[in-house]
Amino acid sequence: MSVEFGFLLVQCLSGLASASSLFIIASGLTLVFGVTRIVNFAHGSFYMLGAYMAVTIVPWLLQIERSPTLFFAGVLISACVVGVLGVLMEILLLRRIYKVPELFQLLATFGVVLMVQDAVLHIWGPLDIAGPRAPGLRHGVMILDQRFPAYDLFLIAAGPVVLGLLWLLMHKTRFGILLRAATRDRDMVGALGVNQALLFTGTLFLGAFLAGLGGALQIPRVSASAQMDLSIITEAFVVTVIGGMGSIGGAFLAALLIGQLQAFGVLIFPKITLVLVFLLMALVLVVKPWGLLGRPENAAGLSALPEGIMQPRGFAAAEKLLVLLAVLAAAAVPIFGDTYAIKVATEVLIFALAAFSLNFLVGNGGIVSFGHAAYFGLGAYASGLLVTKLGMPMEPALIAAPLVGGLFAALFGFFIVRLQGIYLAMLTLAFAQIAYAVCFQWVEVTGGDNGIVGVWPSAWAASHSTYHYIVLVAAGLGIFALRHVIYAPFGASLRAARDSAPRAEAIGIDVRAHRWLGFTIAGAAAGLAGGLYAFSKGSIDPTLLGIPLSVDFLAMILLGGMQTVMGPVLGAAAFHSIKDVFMPLTDHWRFLLGASIIALVLIFPRGLGGAYAALRARLSGGAP
Amino acid sequence: MTLLVVENLNKNFGGVVAARNVSFALAAGEILAMIGPNGAGKSTSFNMVGGQLRPDSGRVMLAGQDISGLPPRAICRLGVGRSFQVAQTFLSMSVLENLQMALIAYAGRTRDMLARSSALYRDEALGLLDQLDMAEQAEWPMGALAYGDVKRVELAIALAGAPRLLLMDEPTAGMAPAERAALMRLVAGIARRAGIGVLFTEHDMDAVFAHADRILVLVRGEIIAAGSPEDVRANPEVQRVYLGTSGLRAALRARAAAHG
Repeated sequence: MSVEFGFLLVQCLSGLASASSLFIIASGLTLVFGVTRIVNFAHGSFYMLGAYMAVTIVPWLLQIERSPTLFFAGVLISACVVGVLGVLMEILLLRRIYKVPELFQLLATFGVVLMVQDAVLHIWGPLDIAGPRAPGLRHGVMILDQRFPAYDLFLIAAGPVVLGLLWLLMHKTRFGILLRAATRDRDMVGALGVNQALLFTGTLFLGAFLAGLGGALQIPRVSASAQMDLSIITEAFVVTVIGGMGSIGGAFLAALLIGQLQAFGVLIFPKITLVLVFLLMALVLVVKPWGLLGRPENAAGLSALPEGIMQPRGFAAAEKLLVLLAVLAAAAVPIFGDTYAIKVATEVLIFALAAFSLNFLVGNGGIVSFGHAAYFGLGAYASGLLVTKLGMPMEPALIAAPLVGGLFAALFGFFIVRLQGIYLAMLTLAFAQIAYAVCFQWVEVTGGDNGIVGVWPSAWAASHSTYHYIVLVAAGLGIFALRHVIYAPFGASLRAARDSAPRAEAIGIDVRAHRWLGFTIAGAAAGLAGGLYAFSKGSIDPTLLGIPLSVDFLAMILLGGMQTVMGPVLGAAAFHSIKDVFMPLTDHWRFLLGASIIALVLIFPRGLGGAYAALRARLSGGAP
Repeated sequence: MTLLVVENLNKNFGGVVAARNVSFALAAGEILAMIGPNGAGKSTSFNMVGGQLRPDSGRVMLAGQDISGLPPRAICRLGVGRSFQVAQTFLSMSVLENLQMALIAYAGRTRDMLARSSALYRDEALGLLDQLDMAEQAEWPMGALAYGDVKRVELAIALAGAPRLLLMDEPTAGMAPAERAALMRLVAGIARRAGIGVLFTEHDMDAVFAHADRILVLVRGEIIAAGSPEDVRANPEVQRVYLGTSGLRAALRARAAAHG
């Protein structure tokens, strides 16, 4: 009995240790969001940089003397260096994007993630680097006959200490009081004559410092690796969202909850701990849409012009000709192009449908989805599994793809459309990560990390050119149908709900039901694209549901211009061709991609479609 | 018969009483004004009738049917149109498209994925705009309109649902004085012709005393006086807590201008 109790106690203690680490990281994220209203994807990169700094600096210091003092001095120095990097990011990037729509902010900070990933690989190499253990804390402590690492006991104390220090900072210093004021009402603080630039820069230092500290403190437990950033950022997002974005106390509470959930969840459901965490988040958001201790956004009041499709107009005669030429060109690729050209063209068509379906949500419905790849990937898995596991032919498997994509979009969307703004975006991300985790961890069925090979089309469609025509017809019809819906009353109703939900409700539109239906339709279209993709590749793997692919889709609609109807098609073609041409040329394609996304947000926020619309307006002499 | 009956509505926000036992009735074709200082609970009472807020207790009856706690869209379908304190329109659409959207919703065709929305209900939309002297700006984007015109479009949207009851939360807020009078005359005319009951809140005493058949005075969530403009004006408590002497003069002037 006492052994069992000891075991449970130790389990609980290790939950507390991870809660502490998680809180230190998440507190920085929530702080930065509270003041700047930017959801900083790069926070995970700061965490990773903290770990890499520490595995570089700490061993060097320990060569002088193996003392705990120097170990923790090294940790603090690493955190400070990362804090300075945060300042650089604020000055060089964030300052320019405080006023742009949140989708663009998310994308820009994700650009930083990509750049840092490549920088880390370049500086530290692809191998994981194990850090030194902390002198004086290397031993185990016996707790009720169970061995528990002393360093973890130290971590358990570190979280509350950081919370206490933050509390003192927030309540006893002028900087902290301004931070709290800015979290409540940024504009008012500005109107009172506070130097906002300095305040924001200071906030970013503190936020990045905390992320770096969290990373540096981890080195005795986990080695520094180039994959740490994305895995920690999703957890940190979950903590801040559950706690209420901007609330440090909420983050502490949420970290405790998640720490325990993981510690005990791993005993009961070892395979789906990640899923449990996201389920908790979904549950909390359904009951408390602003998190445990969060405050509602001041969204009501004056309505601003939406960022998205405005008045969609039909094709002019010349544009109809352009569309016809584009279709003909796509149809001519198998005649004039080689196998490689056909492959690229097929993929462009598939991504065009996926991007179009995403813009149906984002541009037309104002529903910013950060996990659209989930429905693409689920469609691909549906097709792939039906063919390889049940031995079905291609045709019914392709029909199943949109059905499964739509089914899951309906299931996830039921929760998602209850939320607004950044909380909605975070929940789309969370559901996508659940789907990703299931495909990744359910090895017996999905093949796990390796995925499944042998997803080939039926014999009659086996040649690259025949399959290209199948894709041309299916994706073309999909895009055409979605486009038609944008111009139909349903599409207009989605725009109406986006422009003003209170007005839409007041004229009798069930906003939530319409958004739900829209979300389902977009998910079905993405599912179809995913099914088509599975057969074109011959294989499926979890990256088809991953965040990077979701970001690719967003980059496509951003590049094409999300305020235009046909822009996403253009964006998909440009993005995929560029990626396909440049990726093999350089080892640093992530760095280039990240830099391009940032450049796009900063200097070209209306995309190619926007540039075309401006040109068209100038030529016709009308108002822009 | 009585169009709207409000019985003992109560609403608290975290201990602050925003409405206490608010009761009143409104007949078809009647224009009822709700006045009171800032924070008196006008918008709260209003939003409980429109469905934007759920009352803690009490009932709202529309033509004999209990509508308390129904969502706004259901209340709209029962024949209630409304305008908001800060005008709510569809900013990405043209004036005409705003009206077409309202008419599509009224016809229950918002899930239609086949028709082309720009071709639907054009004539009806133009007719509504004509009624409010906005037909010339039909093709304008909403963003290009003056605020007074935005308010008129919002009114047209509310009328597109052929309402029995019109709720207007400060219809003239943010408008120039000349525009205010014109808008209120327009509303009163339409309401009387079509037999629409109108409930409105307003800070502009000219508008209230010139057009309201009856007036409710709310202070700190409670109705302290109700009756004809003459009764309310003469009520010493209303004068003390709300109207003051300058308000009283405005009331007299407005009444004289409207009926003189």
